[in-house]
Amino acid sequence: MEQKSRIVSPVVWQLLSFVLFFGLWEVAGRWPISFAFPPFSKTFMALVRMIADGSLPKAYLSTLQPLVIGIFLCSIAGIGFGIGMGLSRTIEWFSLPIFIVLQAAPMAAIIPLLTYMYGIGLTSKVLAVVVLAAPVIVMNSYKGIRNTNPSLIQMCRAFLGTRRQEVIKIILPHAAALIFAGLRLGLAMGFIGIVIAELLITPTGIGDLITYHSSVADYPEMFAAIASIIMLAALTIHALERLERRLFPPEIRET
Amino acid sequence: MSADTIVQIKEVRKIYDGGVEALKDVSLGLPRGRLSTLLGPSGCGKTTLLKIIARLIPPSSGEVWVQGKKVNGPGPERAFVFQDFALLPWANVLRNVAFGLELRGTPKEQRFEVARKHIAEVGLSSFESSYPHKLSGGMRQRVGLARALAVDADIILMDEPFSSVDEQTRRKFQEELLELLRHKQKTVVFVTHSIEEAAYLSDQIVLLSPRPGTVSKIIHPNIERGARDPDEIRRDKNYLDVVDEIWQILKQYI
Repeated sequence: MEQKSRIVSPVVWQLLSFVLFFGLWEVAGRWPISFAFPPFSKTFMALVRMIADGSLPKAYLSTLQPLVIGIFLCSIAGIGFGIGMGLSRTIEWFSLPIFIVLQAAPMAAIIPLLTYMYGIGLTSKVLAVVVLAAPVIVMNSYKGIRNTNPSLIQMCRAFLGTRRQEVIKIILPHAAALIFAGLRLGLAMGFIGIVIAELLITPTGIGDLITYHSSVADYPEMFAAIASIIMLAALTIHALERLERRLFPPEIRET
Repeated sequence: MSADTIVQIKEVRKIYDGGVEALKDVSLGLPRGRLSTLLGPSGCGKTTLLKIIARLIPPSSGEVWVQGKKVNGPGPERAFVFQDFALLPWANVLRNVAFGLELRGTPKEQRFEVARKHIAEVGLSSFESSYPHKLSGGMRQRVGLARALAVDADIILMDEPFSSVDEQTRRKFQEELLELLRHKQKTVVFVTHSIEEAAYLSDQIVLLSPRPGTVSKIIHPNIERGARDPDEIRRDKNYLDVVDEIWQILKQYI
């Protein structure tokens, strides 16, 4: 698993891959095919400009608000619900089919309905995040609980553990890694949800920047806005993945 | 054999969901302070019987009496050693060994003190803070044994504890187990499919026939152990006779 023995550190390869990608982008952007596709250099300059004049930070302030609220709601209600489904056959019986359908359904299709029901305000956007993020968070928590090693549960019973101790000392620690992974996947879905909401419901935040700059044909600015949200999502998810590996190294999950 | 009976199994029958009959009318007494082995080919229900004694699974009919009381659930007088060790992967050796006491609400200092003593007994003192994934199969099973010893049960139920351990470790562990138990006055019920292991360790061998499992014979190997050298025991005439006797019976089931 350790990559220390490699001659060139993987960081160098990763950097090279980025350089190559941006280089190709630059070349492709300079190719006189479409005026609407700016080269990397112009996009990058636009990004710097938008950070400097404060429009990008301001946009993120409004974009991140429904995202954070939505993920926060999911992580409390979703994890709670998933754990409930894992522990109780009754809750599982009536809610598992719903979540299986929800996980497979293209939830973005529901967003116009949300607008119809809850208007164009913060509520709709939070809900857009929730409908996308909740299924994966719930299902991961549920699977984490259900996949507990039966031998550990027998061990707990053999040593006179109560059901409560079984849940607290065996099942929850065992499920923690999968639950955390669910949160990470949920956040990735939440990013999708918020961007769709801002493009589909009302243009605010980063969605507003994308829509506005495309309508006035400021293509470098539009690309910069798109690239920035991709970067933010990728970096956040990556950071969570690293945290996950630190908190729950694979070797302590299962012997 | 002067020892009285500590575990009495009365007409135990087990039919699993789906209709597989694992045990049929098993009646059996296990002597106090002795090591009894449940031996038989795979699928004879020996692990099922052991788990019924532990009451990790209920019998379909019949009763198990331990120390004169009818068994309705797991009890403090019985401790279990699992075939797959069943250690908490996220807890170190110390916490794993102390886990039975933790479940009983013993204060931390006290249970760690008890755990340390038993970790030392199984020879793992320098691994107290190691996690199970760092340990070999043999070491993990020692942790499982120490955990069972730590709750100070009179009866220790061992489910093929050496089956995932290599041969050298197995022999060494067997010897240590005998040595350890000689001083402890524990009753041990041991499940194995190894004839040599049964003959080497046991005061009483219960031979089970396969599917549905019934008691086909009970053998009391009269091997004088005392302080003899283990290799000497393995050359003992009684030992070799017992091995042969078991083999003659088991042969029919293949």
